[in-house]
Parts: sequence; C-alpha cells; structure tokens
Amino acid sequence: MKIAVCVKQVPDTWAEKKLRVDTSTLDRESADGVLNELDEYAVEQALQLVEAQGGEVVIVTMGPERASETLRKAISMGADAGIHIVDENLAGSDAVATSAVLAKVLTGRDFDLILFGSESTDARMSVIPAMVAERLDLAQVTFAQKMEVAGTTLTAERVTDYGFDTLTASLPAVVSVVEKINEPRYPSFKGIMAAKKKPVEIFSVTDLGLENALVGAGAAWSVVADFADRPPKAAGVVVTDDGAGGTAIADYLTTAKFI
Amino acid sequence: MADVLVLAEHHESEIRKVTFELITAARGLGSPVVLWLGPGLGDTESAALASFGATKILLAESADVVDHPVAPGAEIVASLIASVQPAAVLVASSADGKEIAARAAIKSGCGIITDAVEIATDATATQSVFGGSTIVHSKVTHGTPIITIRPNSIAASESAATAVTEKISMVISDSAKRVSVTTRSVVEKGARPELAEADVVVSGGRGVGGAEGFEVIEALADSMSAAVGASRAATDAGWYPHQFQVGQTGKTVSPALYIANGISGAIQHRAGMQTSKVVIVVNKDPEAPIFELADYGVVGDLFTVVPQLTEEITKRK
Repeated sequence: MKIAVCVKQVPDTWAEKKLRVDTSTLDRESADGVLNELDEYAVEQALQLVEAQGGEVVIVTMGPERASETLRKAISMGADAGIHIVDENLAGSDAVATSAVLAKVLTGRDFDLILFGSESTDARMSVIPAMVAERLDLAQVTFAQKMEVAGTTLTAERVTDYGFDTLTASLPAVVSVVEKINEPRYPSFKGIMAAKKKPVEIFSVTDLGLENALVGAGAAWSVVADFADRPPKAAGVVVTDDGAGGTAIADYLTTAKFI
Repeated sequence: MADVLVLAEHHESEIRKVTFELITAARGLGSPVVLWLGPGLGDTESAALASFGATKILLAESADVVDHPVAPGAEIVASLIASVQPAAVLVASSADGKEIAARAAIKSGCGIITDAVEIATDATATQSVFGGSTIVHSKVTHGTPIITIRPNSIAASESAATAVTEKISMVISDSAKRVSVTTRSVVEKGARPELAEADVVVSGGRGVGGAEGFEVIEALADSMSAAVGASRAATDAGWYPHQFQVGQTGKTVSPALYIANGISGAIQHRAGMQTSKVVIVVNKDPEAPIFELADYGVVGDLFTVVPQLTEEITKRK
C-alpha cells in the first residue's frame, strides 16, 4: 500500500498567533513552527497501516524553506520519503490554490491513500481534504475516528454532529482523521537519525507544471480587507470564595438576567 | 432582489438553529432561497423556514444525498450556483457544511470564506480568528461568494415570508457516489442542548479531578438547561467524552454564557470559547489565565462553589 500524508507547518499551538500588518497573512516568524498536531494522527495512521500490511509512507508538505524541519519531523516518526513544495510564489496562497498544488503533486504517483489531519490549528478551515478529493475525483472519507483497509475496501467511521456514520469506499481515497483515531508515537532516536537520510523531493510551482500566476496572495479568490486585534475585554470582578462564592455568582447571574 | 442560496442544516426533520441564523443573514443580502437536501421537509418545517424569511425552498429529496456523504450535496449546490446565480451561498460551519462548500467552490470557481461570525450587505464577512484574538474582514473576489457561518454567531430573527417549494431532481454523477453510508449511528445525547448551539455552556477541566467530578458540572448545567463542555485535559484523561471538548482541537463555542470550572485557560482552551459573551470562572488558582477572560470570577474550590451555585439557581428559578 502506498500512502501519502499531507502535513502542514503551523505556529506552535500554545503560542499567541498574529497577522502581519504588511500582508494580512499569518506571521509565521513570530512563533516556532511545528508539525500541525492533528497531522500527527494521520502520520500515525499511515504508519500503522503500512506496518500491518506493508507498503510505503510519503510525507508531503507545501510551505517555506523552514517547513523542511516539519517534513523531517514527520518522516522521523517512521515514514519512508518526503515531498516538499517550496516556492516564494506560494506565499499567501488560499485554500483553493493550496489544494491545486497538492492535487498536482499527488497526481500520477499511484497513492492508494492520501491522508490528512482533520484541520490545521492555524487556519482551521478543514476544507483542503475535500478540495483535494474533488480535484482528484477520488473517494472522500473525512473526519474518520476509525478506519480499516481490507484489500481495496476502506471502511471508516465519520464523526457527525449526531454521532457517526460508517462509510465504505474503494481505494484510492482521500481520508482525514480526527484525534480520536490513535495515539501518535514520538519519533525514536533511531527514527530521527534515519530521517536525515530519507529521500526528499523538492518542487517549485513551475516544476509541477503549474503557473505561478495561479498561486500566492495575488491569485487568492478571497482577500482580507482589514483586521484588528479584538479590543481587550474590560477586566471583570474576581472575588475569593468566603463560603458564599456560589451565591455571589448566582447574584451576578440574576443581575445579568441569566436566572 | 438577488437570491441568496442557504443550505439548510438539519437532521431529518429536526432543523438546526443555525439554519434560521443563516436565513436571517441571507435577508441582509437578498431573498433567502433555502436548499433542503434529503428527507424531512414537511409543512411544519416549510412554515418554520418561511417564518424566518425563506422565499423559496428547493427540495432535493434524492436518496443519493443521504446514501453518499458530501459529494452529491456539492454537485447540487454547484449546479444551483450556475442556474440560480445567487448573490452568495451561505452554509453552516459544520463538517458537512464546510466540505460541501469547499467542493462546490472548486467545481464553480468560487472563493470561499469559512467560519464567518457576521456578514455585511456587500457580503464582506467578519471572522474571529486565532481563538478570537483577531477580527478579520474578508471578501470573496472570484465567482459567487461561498461563506460558511459559525453557529450561534448571528441572532436569528423572524421575518415572515411566503415560501414556495420547488422540487429539484438532479442526476447525481457516479463519481459523487464513490463513498457510501452503510450505517448511521446516533449517539444518545440526552436532554442537553447541542454544544455548539447552546446559549449556556458549563465546562470542567483538570480541576474537576476525575470522571465522577463531572457530576457537579452536569448538575449545574442541568439547572440552567445548559450544554456540558470539557477542556482537553479532561477529555484526554478520559473523564469526559471527547465530543464535548471545547478548544483549538475540539469544538468552538460562542454562547451567551460560559461557566469555566477548574479550567486554567491555556490558549488551547481559550481558542474554543473566547468569543463567549459572558464568562464566569471558578478556579482554585488565582493566577490561572482564564481569569483574564472572566466577567465574574471566584477563586475557590469548585466542589463547594459549584454545588452552592446550582442550589441557588434551582431556588431562584
């Protein structure tokens, strides 16, 4: 089984994120770049499938030069190879363009499965897997909390608002996973050392046969008109419980007409 | 006035509250035309949609939209973008909603904005990003604006209209039927409201100390007909089911009232609740960052403060 896992470098989940005043895009320099936490579950799922059934796991990322650290981090969990699309023309690309680039690089490589995390912790759109499935005309099995592959049949549980749907599809398929699906491993020392030697293919936009004019901020189909920090919240009242803390809250809620 | 296409969010005949919020938002842009996918639309449901201003209901009853997730819905939306030529398409920020919007955007060559909390009459969307710390105004510049709206962000208001229902029959392509739903499992959610839609959310975190500690959280929630939420620390520890997690990697909620109990308020959690209108905090640690968000906070043991609060609320109702 040949599996691609698409991952993204995002600002550290625990860091405060900001937009850049000059470009209205995420300020990626102000925080450490880390592997999107939700993508770790996708990498883990791919590794478990290949460990059980044989095959190959290729990590794919699109991002600036420094995203190569994230690519290596994902590979160090135990993957076999990497693909990095790096090109300054990509800066400011929207989801539409990003999905076009990913779909292009994934085409013609005979992947049985293309895995994603269910969302990135920075943009939080959750649309790239669906867009890639649409572009590649593949089965879309997203928000999976459980998945099994038997031969060419994929069975998965898609999380819904009311519970979950059990889905079946034939491979190849695009899958996104939620964090319930597994417990991602930490890269071993051996994995970290091995990752340094794993092959990584590097592509620019034109290498992929795409036009630079179709990507980047200038080609985005939606634009940020302006942005501002949320006005700081007026400081509230904080009291120490003197035995009547619960009653004090009830008084506050009564005044605010919640009770 | 231009039509504005609204994708109804419903589970069979149960219309989600966000649908009325979408119709309310659509009225600011033109005439709301509601697309209903699958079964469940009867006279009661049509009347409810009309009472919020739906002028037309397009009914796509085909079993394909139920038997196959996302792709058939996207095909229908894309075809309506071409035939109706709406001024905008408004969809709920649910898993299905966002993905139908995403695929329709690619099919129709339209820009997409997700998780809007407000829409201006020129279709400029307001988004609250990075856990609510930044307010962004964005606009779709290519094709028909496809905008997903976060539940509980826009106050639904009634505005009676007469809605005609038109059945649409569309042949769904084979490629939209690559994935089949074999079974649909409904997890018993009990009497509590849906987390993302609730007016009041009562949450517990690490300070709750264990699964049995959530009983006091649930009791408070039930005294206010509130939904129960949990921080990641609590769900990771297995104290409370995962689907109730509020935060960056869980649900984003925006209730009128949020009561955080034993939650420190790491950015991870704040990202999921920062846009709540009123925040009450109970925490033993006076240094907990969650107090920065509190409209009213009590430094104290939640196991004495919360039961007392529950009792007071029950008494005063």
